[in-house]
Amino acid sequence: MVKMATASEKHLRSEPQSRRAMPGTLLLALASVPFILFLALPLLALLSRATPAEVLSHVVGGPAAQAISLSASTTLITAVLTLIAGTPLAFLVARRRFRGRVVLDVLIDVPMVLPPAVAGIALLLAFGRAGMAGPALSHAGIDIAFTRVAVVMAQLFVASPFYVRTAISAFAQVDRDVEAAAAVDGASPLQVFRHITIPLTAPVLFGGLVMTWARALGEFGATIIFAGNFPGITQTMPLAIYMGFQLNLSIAVALSVVLLVLSFAVLLVVKGVLRQRLQVE
Amino acid sequence: MPRASGAWGRRAGAGILVVATLILAACGSVASGRGTTASQNVTLRVFAAASLTGAFGRMGQVFEQEHPGVTVSFNFAGSQTLATQIDQGAPADVFASADAAQMSVAQNAGKVAGTPRIFVHNRLVVIYPKSNPAHITTLHDLAKPGLKLDLAASAVPVGQYSLVFLDKASADPAYGPNFKRQVLANVVSYEEDVKVVLAKVQLGEADAGIVYTSDVASLGSAVGQIAIPHALNSIASYPIATVNGSAHAALARAFVAMVLGAGGQQTLKQYGFIPASAGTSNASADTAATGLVALSPDRRNG
Repeated sequence: MVKMATASEKHLRSEPQSRRAMPGTLLLALASVPFILFLALPLLALLSRATPAEVLSHVVGGPAAQAISLSASTTLITAVLTLIAGTPLAFLVARRRFRGRVVLDVLIDVPMVLPPAVAGIALLLAFGRAGMAGPALSHAGIDIAFTRVAVVMAQLFVASPFYVRTAISAFAQVDRDVEAAAAVDGASPLQVFRHITIPLTAPVLFGGLVMTWARALGEFGATIIFAGNFPGITQTMPLAIYMGFQLNLSIAVALSVVLLVLSFAVLLVVKGVLRQRLQVE
Repeated sequence: MPRASGAWGRRAGAGILVVATLILAACGSVASGRGTTASQNVTLRVFAAASLTGAFGRMGQVFEQEHPGVTVSFNFAGSQTLATQIDQGAPADVFASADAAQMSVAQNAGKVAGTPRIFVHNRLVVIYPKSNPAHITTLHDLAKPGLKLDLAASAVPVGQYSLVFLDKASADPAYGPNFKRQVLANVVSYEEDVKVVLAKVQLGEADAGIVYTSDVASLGSAVGQIAIPHALNSIASYPIATVNGSAHAALARAFVAMVLGAGGQQTLKQYGFIPASAGTSNASADTAATGLVALSPDRRNG
């Protein structure tokens, strides 16, 4: 996703800006205005509904603070686990040809297109106490449903494919000649991966990881079904916003504003960093 | 290049025209939809508490048979969700809430036409999975440390009623003043409506849950039940009203009349509710229900 965006940016930059292109630009801009308004208006409405003081009063202490810290810790764990578990998988799919590779490729995509509620039910039926792996887990003394582990699992299931998908295309696009040259010079496969492949793909991998983190931060459907809803244990920000909407709109709005500002800031910084890195290359 | 962009410009212009036309056409059809009468195809939108899913679904079919050309479209959710949606301007014709508090939310927003009528009553029951993983047999077991109890959130009517039951039990020497605190310490999740509690207990994820008797009436032995004695039980009263500004006010009133009438009450009874008398006032309905409660003995299944 990130790779595609940067490719098109480069393509755009390579085109000379001529004065004759200006009328087209104006028309494009005019045609884009309704959609830009459509995207921006709900966000502006949210921001205009709460004063900064109001947001702060809910965010410091209280149940909203619990939800924020829970969301922060679980999404961070999800991102780290995605990096550790997703990188080898992405490399396998990108670089090796084997029977069932296409099926594996689709398996990675499926959680991205499934409704999160389906993911939640599937997780419950697999890892719940009465689920497929339930007896074995219970026997080992592991209880997952209604715990923070379940929150992380729901996020991992729904959000990790965003990183894996990006990493697969990144690994597939690395110039093999560079890697081969390093190997000829006596580098072991692990050294090639560490000193050639990773540095070449790092910005894109980072972009994919941020997408996973952002998706995990917004995870709602799978979490409320699989992990349940208990303040301080499994009630992440999206759940607190949903319950707040039914009880106390001002808490819901305050949390929504925090989520919006946080997401916007992170995406802005990441895009800035990516652009710089890619231009340096 | 300029030629191409000019062609694109014309095409884009044409595209915008097409979209604009479509939007106008859509607006036109919405506007004409408002003017329809009962004889044409109309959709009656009924917002009803999740616990009414079965009974109202059945009544909707009957209503459609009796009113050709009318489609009854239901929005079942926690009453607090429905009240918020109506407050925010969702198109509803009838609102059936599981408690007076959520009906008041809609009333205070000026969305209720006339006076809400209590149309049915309900009681609470403790349920546990068929396998009974926590081996619970009495209400006292709800305070057993380590039990996984699933409740509806306090914003949901059944969640409120559950807290009232726990308050009453804590005031009863048989359970002791710490009962409520101990039971609430066992809660693993606060759900958005009563049907989610039912699902998680049925799946065996929670050891126990508190739902309405009507929720388990049609389930047979799919879950175990522990009755809550009358003295401790909360009697849920469901108000119904037509929504202000309904485009089909006459039909909405007809639906409410059916729910309050003999046929509607019979259907509600079949689905495990305690019928309110179709009588004249809320007070008489309450008395009738209390009488029924006193008549029906505690049931203990499973």
